[in-house]
Amino acid sequence: MNLTLRIWRQSGPDSAGRMTEYDVRDISPEMSFLEMLDTLNEELILRGEEPVAFDHDCREGICGACGMVINGEAHGPERTTTCQLHMRHFDDGDTIDIEPWRASAFPVVKDLVVDRTAFDRIIGSGGYITAPTGSAPEAHATPVPKPAADTAFEHAECIGCGACVAACPNGSAMLFTSAKVVHLNSLPQGAPERESRVLDMVGQMDDEGFGGCTNTGECATACPKGIPLFSITKMNREFVRAARKA
Amino acid sequence: MAYRVHTVVPMAVDTRTDRRPSSYAGILWHSTVGKKTAMAVSGIVMLLYLVAHMLGNLKIFFGAAEFDGYAHWLRTIGEPFLHHEWFLWIARVVLLAAVVVHAVAAYQLSRRDIAARPQKYVHKKPRASYATRTMRWGGIILGLFIVWHILDLTTLTVNPRAEAGHPYANVVATFSTWYGNVIYIVAMLALGLHIRHGFWSAAQTLGANRPGRDRTLKAIANLLALVLTLGFIAVPVSVMTGVVS
Ligand code: HEM
Ligand code: FES
Repeated sequence: MNLTLRIWRQSGPDSAGRMTEYDVRDISPEMSFLEMLDTLNEELILRGEEPVAFDHDCREGICGACGMVINGEAHGPERTTTCQLHMRHFDDGDTIDIEPWRASAFPVVKDLVVDRTAFDRIIGSGGYITAPTGSAPEAHATPVPKPAADTAFEHAECIGCGACVAACPNGSAMLFTSAKVVHLNSLPQGAPERESRVLDMVGQMDDEGFGGCTNTGECATACPKGIPLFSITKMNREFVRAARKA
Repeated sequence: MAYRVHTVVPMAVDTRTDRRPSSYAGILWHSTVGKKTAMAVSGIVMLLYLVAHMLGNLKIFFGAAEFDGYAHWLRTIGEPFLHHEWFLWIARVVLLAAVVVHAVAAYQLSRRDIAARPQKYVHKKPRASYATRTMRWGGIILGLFIVWHILDLTTLTVNPRAEAGHPYANVVATFSTWYGNVIYIVAMLALGLHIRHGFWSAAQTLGANRPGRDRTLKAIANLLALVLTLGFIAVPVSVMTGVVS
C-alpha cells in the first residue's frame, strides 16, 4: 500500500517544529507501524536527509518506549502500543498524521521523541517498596490474598508509555500515578509506605507540571494495557485517607 | 521548552516529607487531588441546596398566599432556639463558602490544566461528552447567573417590581420580561449539564465509585440533572404560558 505521512519534525528541544509531508510506497499490511517508519527512514537516509527520530526498544509491547500520536490518538487506532500496531489497520492511499506526545511535562527532544523522565521522578518519589535485596525471599512468607494479587497484577501491567498523559486534555498523569500507587498499596509488601507513597507520588506529579483530573476518561480509553479509570478513583480514596492520617 | 537533563533519578533517599504541608486541609488544598476533593464536596453542598430550592419553588403552583407564606416560614426556621432569619443567614454563609471554594478551586485547577497542555494536536479527534466539555463554560455561566439571581430576587436591585415580602409578585414580574426568561432558562440548561457530569465526577473524586456502582451513579446523575432542570424551568414556562400569573 502507498501512504502519505504528515510527521512532526523538530530538530531540537528549542527549535520550532512543523508537520512535514512524506510519501511511502509498497508498505506491506503485515508491517508494524514502526517498521513502516523504518522504511521511510531508510529512504530518507539514502536521500541524504535526516531520518525521523522516534523512541522504541522492545518492539513487543512491553517497554513502553514507542509512544506517538497517530491521527490524533495515542498509539493510533488500536488499543495497543505503536510497535504492535499493524499497517493492516490502514488503507491504501491514507494520509496519516504523526505527532509527539503533547504535554508541558514531556518536552519534545527531537521529532517524535519526548523527555519522559518526569515519570521516573514520580516513581522515585514513592513507586517502590522498602525491602532488603539479596537472596529471594521465601514465596509463602507473606501471604497475599487472591483479590489483592489480582488488583496488583492488573495495575502492574502499566508500562509507563505516557499514552494517558498524551490523550488527556489536561496532560494529566493521574492514570500512570494511580496505577503505581494502587499496584503497591494493594499488597502487604507495600503497606509500610502506604500513606507516604500516595502523598509523595501525587506531590511529585503536581511538581512536574502535569494537569489535574477532570474525569474525562480519555486516559483509560488510550491505555494500551487497559488500566481502568477506577484506578484513579482508588488513588483519590488512598490520598484522602493518607492526608487524614498524616 | 528546555530539555531538562536529569542523569540521576533519586530513589528512596529523596523523601518529600520536608516539603509536605502539615495540616489535613493544607495537604488537600495544596494538591490537585485534594483541591478536586474540595470542589466535589462544595459541589455536593450546592447540589443538596438546589434540590431543596427547586422543590420549594414548585409551591408557586399553589398560589401567592402559600408561596409568600413559605418564603416567610423560611425566615422563622429554628425559632425560638434561633433568632428570626438566623437559619437563613447560616445557610447563606455556608452557600457562599461553597461557591467561593468551588469557583477558586475551579479557576486554579483550570489554569493549571491549560498550562499542562500548551500545544494542541494538529490532528483533532472528537473528544469526550458534551457535559464534560462544557464544565468550564457552564460553570462561568452559573457563576454569573448566581450574581444576577441574587440581585433580582433577593436584593430586588434589578427586579422590575421589587416588592419586599412579596416574592410571588416579584417572580411573576421577572418572568414577564423576555430577558428574565432567557437568562434563567440558559442558566438552568447549563446547570443540568454541569450536574450531569459533576455528580458522577464527584463520586470519582471522592473515591466513592466502584465498577459495580458506575451505571447506577451515572443514572442518578442523569436523573438529578433532568429533574432539577425541568423543575426549575417549570416556573418561567408557567408564567410565560399564563398558568401562573
Ligand atoms: C460559581 C459557579 C461555578 C463554577 C465556576 C463551576 C465550575 C466547575 C468546574 C470547572 C468543575 C470541574 C469540571 C471538571 O472537572 O471537568 C466543576 C465541577 C463540579 N461542579 Fe461546579 N461550578 C459552579 C457551580 C456549581 C454549582 C451551582 C453546582 C451545584 C450543583 C456545582 C457542582 C459541581 C460538581 C458536583 C462538580 C464535580 C466535582 C468533581 O469533579 O469532583 N457547580 N464545577
Ligand atoms: S517498543 Fe517497547 S512497547 Fe513498543
